[in-house]
Amino acid sequence: MNFHLKVWRQKDANSPGRLEDYEARNIPPDASFLEMLDIVNEDLISKGIEPIVFDHDCREGICGMCSLTINGIPHGPSTGTTCQLYMRKFEDGSTIYIEPFRAGPFPVIRDLSVNRSALDRIIQAGGFISERTGSAPDANSIPIPKTIADEAMDAAACIGCGACAAACPNSSAMLFVAAKVSHLNLLPQGKPEKDRRVLSMVEQMDKEGFGGCSNFYQCEAVCPAHIPASFIAKMNRDYLVASIKRTVGVMP
Amino acid sequence: MSASGSSSATVVSIPCLLTRWLLSSLGKKTIVAVTGSLLVLFLIGHLLGNLTIYLGQDVINTYAQKLQSMGPLLWIVRLGLLAVFLLHIIFVVLLIAENLRASATKYIAKDNMGSTLFARTMKYTGLIVLAFVVFHISHFTLGLVQPEFYHLYQTLPDGSKRHDVYNMVVRGFQNVPISIFYILALTFLTFHLSHGVASIFQTLGISNRFLRPLLERASIAFAWLLWAGYVSIPISILLGFVQLKLPA
Amino acid sequence: MTLDSKIPAGPLEKKWTTFKNNAKIISPANKRKFEIIVVGSGLAGASAAATLSELGFRVKCFCYQDSPRRAHSIAAQGGINAAKNYQNDGDSVYRLFYDTIKGGDFRAREANVYRLAEVSASIIDQCVAQGVPFAREYGGLLANRSFGGAQVSRTFYARGQTGQQLLLGAYQALCKQISTGGVQMFPRTEMLDLVVVDGHAKGIVVRDLVSGKISAHAADAVLLCTGGYGNVFYLSTNAKGCNVTATYRAYKRGAFFANPCFTQIHPTCIPVSGDYQSKLTLMSESLRNDGRVWVPKRKEDCSKHPSQIPEEDRDYYLERKYPSYGNLAPRDISSRAAKEVCDEGRGVGPGGLGVYLDFSDAIKRLGRKVIEERYGNLFEMYENITGENAYEVPMRIYPAVHYTMGGLWVDYCLMSNLPGLHVLGEANFSDHGANRLGASALMQGLADGYFIIPYTIGEYLTTQFGKKVDPNHPAFQEAVQSIEKFTNRLLSVNGSRSVDSFHRELGLLMWNNCGMARNRKGLEEAIEKIQKLRDEFWKNVRVLGQGDCMNQSLEKAGRVADFLEFAELMCRDALMREESCGGHFRTEYQTPDGEALRNDEEFSFVACWKFEGVNKDPTLIKEPLNYEFIKPTTRSYK
Repeated sequence: MNFHLKVWRQKDANSPGRLEDYEARNIPPDASFLEMLDIVNEDLISKGIEPIVFDHDCREGICGMCSLTINGIPHGPSTGTTCQLYMRKFEDGSTIYIEPFRAGPFPVIRDLSVNRSALDRIIQAGGFISERTGSAPDANSIPIPKTIADEAMDAAACIGCGACAAACPNSSAMLFVAAKVSHLNLLPQGKPEKDRRVLSMVEQMDKEGFGGCSNFYQCEAVCPAHIPASFIAKMNRDYLVASIKRTVGVMP
Repeated sequence: MSASGSSSATVVSIPCLLTRWLLSSLGKKTIVAVTGSLLVLFLIGHLLGNLTIYLGQDVINTYAQKLQSMGPLLWIVRLGLLAVFLLHIIFVVLLIAENLRASATKYIAKDNMGSTLFARTMKYTGLIVLAFVVFHISHFTLGLVQPEFYHLYQTLPDGSKRHDVYNMVVRGFQNVPISIFYILALTFLTFHLSHGVASIFQTLGISNRFLRPLLERASIAFAWLLWAGYVSIPISILLGFVQLKLPA
Repeated sequence: MTLDSKIPAGPLEKKWTTFKNNAKIISPANKRKFEIIVVGSGLAGASAAATLSELGFRVKCFCYQDSPRRAHSIAAQGGINAAKNYQNDGDSVYRLFYDTIKGGDFRAREANVYRLAEVSASIIDQCVAQGVPFAREYGGLLANRSFGGAQVSRTFYARGQTGQQLLLGAYQALCKQISTGGVQMFPRTEMLDLVVVDGHAKGIVVRDLVSGKISAHAADAVLLCTGGYGNVFYLSTNAKGCNVTATYRAYKRGAFFANPCFTQIHPTCIPVSGDYQSKLTLMSESLRNDGRVWVPKRKEDCSKHPSQIPEEDRDYYLERKYPSYGNLAPRDISSRAAKEVCDEGRGVGPGGLGVYLDFSDAIKRLGRKVIEERYGNLFEMYENITGENAYEVPMRIYPAVHYTMGGLWVDYCLMSNLPGLHVLGEANFSDHGANRLGASALMQGLADGYFIIPYTIGEYLTTQFGKKVDPNHPAFQEAVQSIEKFTNRLLSVNGSRSVDSFHRELGLLMWNNCGMARNRKGLEEAIEKIQKLRDEFWKNVRVLGQGDCMNQSLEKAGRVADFLEFAELMCRDALMREESCGGHFRTEYQTPDGEALRNDEEFSFVACWKFEGVNKDPTLIKEPLNYEFIKPTTRSYK
C-alpha cells in the first residue's frame, strides 16, 4: 500500500512547527501504524533526513506512550492505541495527517513527541492510597463485592496516554482524572481519603491548565481503554459532596 | 495546653473555601448546571402560563393580572431570575475563556469524534437565546417592540380595565416575520436544551453508565416537547386557530 | 576468586527470619542522610523507590520513559503467584518454592527462591491495600486461577492486565513519595554508565533524553531495576525501549553478569507476519488453561482451513507427549515442542511458523460468554492484529523471546560483587534459574522492591557511615567524559546503514543460533558473525542529528552498540554450558526422545562472567549451587 503523509515536524518546544510531506511506499497492510513510520524513517535516514521523532514503547497497546493524532483523531481510526492501529484500516493511496497530541498542558518536545508530565502531577496530588509497605491486613480481610471490584477495574484500566485531553475541544483531562478518582474512591481501601483525593486531584488538574468538561464525550470516543464518561459524573458527584463537606467543615 | 501547642492546621474561613470551590473548574460548572436547571424550571412554568392562551382571553388575562398583582414578590422573582440568568452567562464565559486558553493550538486535520452538533454549538445557540431573550422582554414585557399592541386593554363587565395580554400576543404573532423569528429562536433554544438538560445531570453527578443514554434521549425529547408547546402558539395564531377577541 | 552469596545458615524455612532478626538497622535520623539511586521504575524499581522513601531514605529514581507508569512490567497479562492457599487446594510456601526451583530446572539458589515464596503472600496483601482491583468471586473474596504449569490455583489476576494494575499500584505509591519530596523523579533520563569509586558503586551517568545533557549523580548506593535483555533478539515481546545498557555498562565497570544464556521463549505469541515487524505480541499464557494446542498430523493438511481438518487428523501434541500437564506444560517445554512440530514441516500460517490454539471445545463446554469474560480482551487484541476471529477460527501462536532469567550476579542481599550496586527484578539473575514459571516475574519484581531490599540494603549502608562520596571525585568526570566521547563517536561514524538494520540483523542471528535450540557450531559461528557485525557497526552506522537534543536514533544506537557486545557474551555462556536445562537447550545434550539432558555433575553452578575488555574473552567465575534441602530431579511433566 502507498500513502501520502503530512507529518508535523517541530525542532523543539520553542520553534515553530509545520507539516511536511512524505511518501510511504510499499507498506504491508498488516503493518502497524508505527511500523509504517519505521519504514518511512528508514527511508528518510537513507536520504540523510533526520527521522521523525515519535513516542512509542510497548507496541502492544498498554503502556500509553504512543501519542499520535491521525487525521484529527488521537490514536487514529481504531478503538485502541496508535500502536494497535493497522494499515489495512486505511485506503490505499490516501493522505494521512499525523500531528502530535495537542493540548495546552502537553507542550511539544520534538516532532510528534509531547510532554505529558502534567498527568503524573495530577496523580501525585492524590491519585494513590496512602499505605505503608508492610502495614496491610490480609488481602481477604475486606471482602469487596464483585460488581464493585469490576467497576473499579473498569476505571483502573486507564493507560494514562492523555488521548482524552488531546481529543477534547477544551483540552480537558476529566476522563483521565475521573478514571483514577473513581478507581480508588470505589474501593473500600480508598474510602478514607476519598474526599481529599478528589479535591486535590481536581485542583491540580485546574492548576495544570486543562480546560473544563463540556460533555462533548470525544474523550470517551477515543479512549483506548474504553473508560466510560459516566465516571466523570461520578467524579462530579464526589467533588460536589467533598466540596460541601469541606466548606461546612465536616471533612474527615 | 498552651495555644501554641495545639495543632498547626490552618483555619480557613468558610467564604474562602466557598470561593475555592466555586472558582474551581468543577465549581463553575456546578453553577452553570444549577442555574441552567433553574432556567429550565422557569421555561416549564412560563410555558404552562403561555398555554393558558388556549383557554381564552379571560383566563390568560386573569393569569397575567394575578402575576402583576403580586407586586414586590414579582420583582423579587424577576430579579432572582435575572441573577440566575446572568450567573449562567458569566460562569459560562469564565469557562469558555479557560477552555480557549487550554486549547490554544488546534489540529490542522479536524474530526468531531462522535460529539453531537448540539454540544459543539452550545456557545452559539446560547448567544442566540440571549439575543432572543432581550428581544422577547422588549417585546412583551417592556413593550418597546410593537408598542401599539402593548397598550391594549380589556374592559371587564364591572367597567374596570386590565392589560389585554391575549390580544397583544395574538396581534404580535400575526406579524409573520416576528412569528418566524420566534420559531427559529425557539428552535435554537431547543438545540441548547438538547445538550444542556442531559449535561445538568452529568455535571451534578446524577448519572451512571446505565442512566446516561436514557437521560440523553429524555433530554432531547423534553427539549422538543418544550419546543412544541412554545411554537404551537405563534403557529396557531398564524393558522387562525387562535383569533383576536375584539370587544363586542 | 570465590563469590560469597551470604546465605544465612540454618534451616531453609528459618533463613530469612534469621536474616531479618540480625539485619543491621539504620536509625530514622540517619536514614535521611543516605541517598539512593534507583534506575528503572517498573515493578522492582517503583516498589523499591517508594518503600525506601517511606523508610526515610532520600531517593532519586530514573526512567527512560516519559512517565514511571510506562515501564514494561505494565505489559504482563496473566497474573501473580502467591502462596496464599485461599483455594484450599494444597498450596504452601514450600510448594511454591519447590515448583519455582523445579520450574527453573534446579539452577537457582534454594535460599533465594524460598524467601521469594515466603514473602509472596505479603505482596498480595500490600497490593490489595493499595487498591489493585484483583478479580473477585461473588462472595467478595479474591479469585485465583491455575497458571502456566502449576497444579494449584495460586495465581491472582486483574483481567488480562495484572502487570498494569500492579505497576499502577507501585507507581501510585511512588507518586505519593514524589509528592512528599522523598523521591526525586527523573523521567526521560537514561542511565549510560555506572560510577565506581574505590571499588564501590557510588553513582551513575545519565543522559537527559530531551535536552541531550549528560550528567552524573552521586549516591550512597545504586539500585539497578532495569529489566531484561530480550531485545538482543530484536523481535521479542519486550517494549521497544527495553535494553541491556544499564546492566551491561555496570558489567563493563566490574559487576559480574550471571547466566546470560538463560532466556525464556514464551509459547503463546502471535506469529511473525513479515520482515517489517517491529515486535512480537504476547497472548497471555492463561489462554492455555482453556485452549488446546494442535497441528495437523500430516504436512499436506497444513494449508487447509482448520475447520476442514477432522479430529482424527489433528495432533494435540502437548496432550500426547505430556499427558499429566498437557497444554499447561511449562514454557520452555511447550515452546520447544512447537518448534519441533514446525521443524517437521507441520506448522501453520505464513512461513509455517505457527501452531493452533483452539478454543472450540472450551466454548462448547463453558459457552462463549464465559470464554469472553475470561479472555475477551485477548481475543479482541488477536483479531485487531491478525484480522481473524478466534471464536470461530483457532488462534495461531508461536514462541517468542519473552523474559531473561540471566542478569547481574547478586548475593542474598541483592548486592552485586561491586559493593553498593544492588540489582532487583528481571535485571538480576537470582530466582528463576534456567526457566521462569508463569506469573512469577511480577512476584519477584515486587518481592525484591517491597520486601527484600528494604531489609537488606542496611547491610551495605551501615558500612558507609561518614563515607559520602564527593561528586567532584575524578571518577565522575571520567565517566561523564567517556560517555560524551562514546556519544560523539556514534554521531561521527556517518556511515550508510541505519541502527535498526544492524539490530534486525543481530536479532535474526541470535534467534537462529542462540534461540530455542543451540549447538556448538551455531554458537561459534554466531560469535564470529557478531564480531564482524560489531566492526561494521562502528564503521558504517548512520546516526543523524545532534547529541544536544532529543535524538531517538542516538538513543537506539547506544543500546544496539551494547547489544552487539552483549550478544557475544550470551553466546559464550551458551557455548560454555554443555548441558540442556530450562530455557537453554543444546541439541547435543538431549535424551533419545528429545528431552533436555541436564548435567548436574558438571554444571550445577551459576556462570558469572567478568569483563576483561571488548574483543577479549571474559573470565568465568563459578558460584556452585549446593542443594542442601532438596534433591534435583529430572524435570518430568509427562
